[in-house]
Amino acid sequence: MSDLHALYQEVILDHCKRPHNFRPMPDSNRTAQGYNPLCGDKVTLFVKLDGDRIFDVSFQGSGCAISTASASLLTETVKGKTLAEVESIFAGFHDLVTGKAKTDGKGPALGKLAVFSGVSEFPVRVKCATLVWHTLRSALQGGEAVATTE
Amino acid sequence: MATTTREVTPTTKPAGAAFDVARIRRDFPILKAKVHGKPLVYFDNAATAQKPRQVIEAEQQFYLSLCSNVHRGVHWLSENATQAYEEARAKAQHFLNAAESREIIFVRGTTEAINLVAGTYGRKNVQAGDEVVISAMEHHSNIVPWQMLCEEKGAKLRVAPINDRGELLLEEFEKLLGPRTKLVAVTHVSNVLGTINPVRQIIEMAHRQSIPVLLDGAQAAVHVKVDVCALDCDFYTVSGHKLYGPTGIGLLYGKAKLLEAMPPYHGGGDMISSVSFEKTLYNVIPCKFEAGTPNIAGTLGLGAAIDYLDALGLENAARYEHQLLMYATDALSRIPGLRIVGTAKEKASVISFVMDGLHPHDVGTVLDQEGIAVRTGHHCAQPLMDRFGVPATTRASLVFYNTFEEIDVLVKGLHKVREILG
Ligand SMILES: Cc1ncc(COP(=O)(O)O)c(C=O)c1O
Repeated sequence: MSDLHALYQEVILDHCKRPHNFRPMPDSNRTAQGYNPLCGDKVTLFVKLDGDRIFDVSFQGSGCAISTASASLLTETVKGKTLAEVESIFAGFHDLVTGKAKTDGKGPALGKLAVFSGVSEFPVRVKCATLVWHTLRSALQGGEAVATTE
Repeated sequence: MATTTREVTPTTKPAGAAFDVARIRRDFPILKAKVHGKPLVYFDNAATAQKPRQVIEAEQQFYLSLCSNVHRGVHWLSENATQAYEEARAKAQHFLNAAESREIIFVRGTTEAINLVAGTYGRKNVQAGDEVVISAMEHHSNIVPWQMLCEEKGAKLRVAPINDRGELLLEEFEKLLGPRTKLVAVTHVSNVLGTINPVRQIIEMAHRQSIPVLLDGAQAAVHVKVDVCALDCDFYTVSGHKLYGPTGIGLLYGKAKLLEAMPPYHGGGDMISSVSFEKTLYNVIPCKFEAGTPNIAGTLGLGAAIDYLDALGLENAARYEHQLLMYATDALSRIPGLRIVGTAKEKASVISFVMDGLHPHDVGTVLDQEGIAVRTGHHCAQPLMDRFGVPATTRASLVFYNTFEEIDVLVKGLHKVREILG
């Protein structure tokens, strides 16, 4: 029971019901699609990359609460960040949701993304949380391929 | 909450003596399991059913006392294993009421059965410009093999539409049939909607134009008494694991005259009568389609599952399952914001539903914490999800070892889902 409340924290449910940056972006210069074949989650990510820095980012799609909230919080987190910073945050986020996060405080500061710590107790839901991050990576690498969680 | 629902529902539990669920449940060891500290409520039967002790023991018995290869030894073990293997074929023949046991081919499951027909009958008989007709409610395994065939041959896949209740539109279906139609392949029962298709009429319509019909019986064989002779279907497929048997074993029924005219599927041992480097003569049916060492233990397990169902009486089970369906449909319909997808008049005990504002994946996670196993997702039927405009559903599929009390637990679980997810 407490595990469930840790998974579905208020912040996550809020972002699921009212996702931020949920819109198409006609003038994006990077875009990618993500798809989780297991549960049918689909996400399209739009990025406006300015040199080395993410100037703007938005998403569209349909998915479960975890994947929708993850996409919403991703857009908030990575706006204004450099590519290197994004990679480092993703690494920290991945460790967090797979239960490998450092508890000594030396890991990268994840800010609001810390609400996803409950995911580590639900191994089958890790892919829901990371789908949009894989999608961002493939958008930044300029690929038009569909990112999957496989 | 759940008990209130129970009192007001018009569908009540049938008189006890008729169907002794408590006794039946004791045959299924796994039903005693606890999940997350709660008693397991297994409602994912359409994905795979649990196995009675009799099936588990039949498989084990093969390895303990009969293990040897079939059709190729003069020694005692092999002779007896072969006999047991062929007895299982006779049981399957009887189960489907096939005219002859050689019309039963052992395969891995429905997927392999359909691929076999597509790869042999299909490749021989479907040519450029021809058509194969399926329905809008097919499982991917009754879509993709035909798509592959059509792509290879330059043929066309035609899809018969369904209405909003999830019923096949028979007139539309009939309009698709014509001189170019080389095969009709439809599901007997939908794994998502529970719809029981009017297969008798489908077969009559197709046969009027001399078109053979394959029925995907993966779900139907579990809930409906199948009689391939009375139906006059040309091919019928069964997955053993959904029929309380082991995984990796299933049945393809085919009319003897069709099977005999079909080229073989896999090449190898057992499917030949003589081999030289110049020419190979193929074995007679069913061996022609059973190349290599088969799943002997699984076959014996499937035989035991058929025995089990015979003793139980599939019709008795189906009657009880119908009561469960009515009870669950009524109880779920009372949950605010819940919509059942698939409301056909003729329906087996499979219930798909969606809840306003909630994704099935989250529903499934919360239910799992209550010990309830349901399936969430597209159920290998993405075109059907598109037809109903939903990305996924939650599915509870009920069988004869499920109880009314378990449905109450599900209803309670769904209230908890609302409480946690809002
Ligand atoms: C209607 C239907 N057809 C085909 C299949 C595929 O069966 P199997 O995976 O046993 O080959 C299934 C099982 O999910 C099914 O429900």
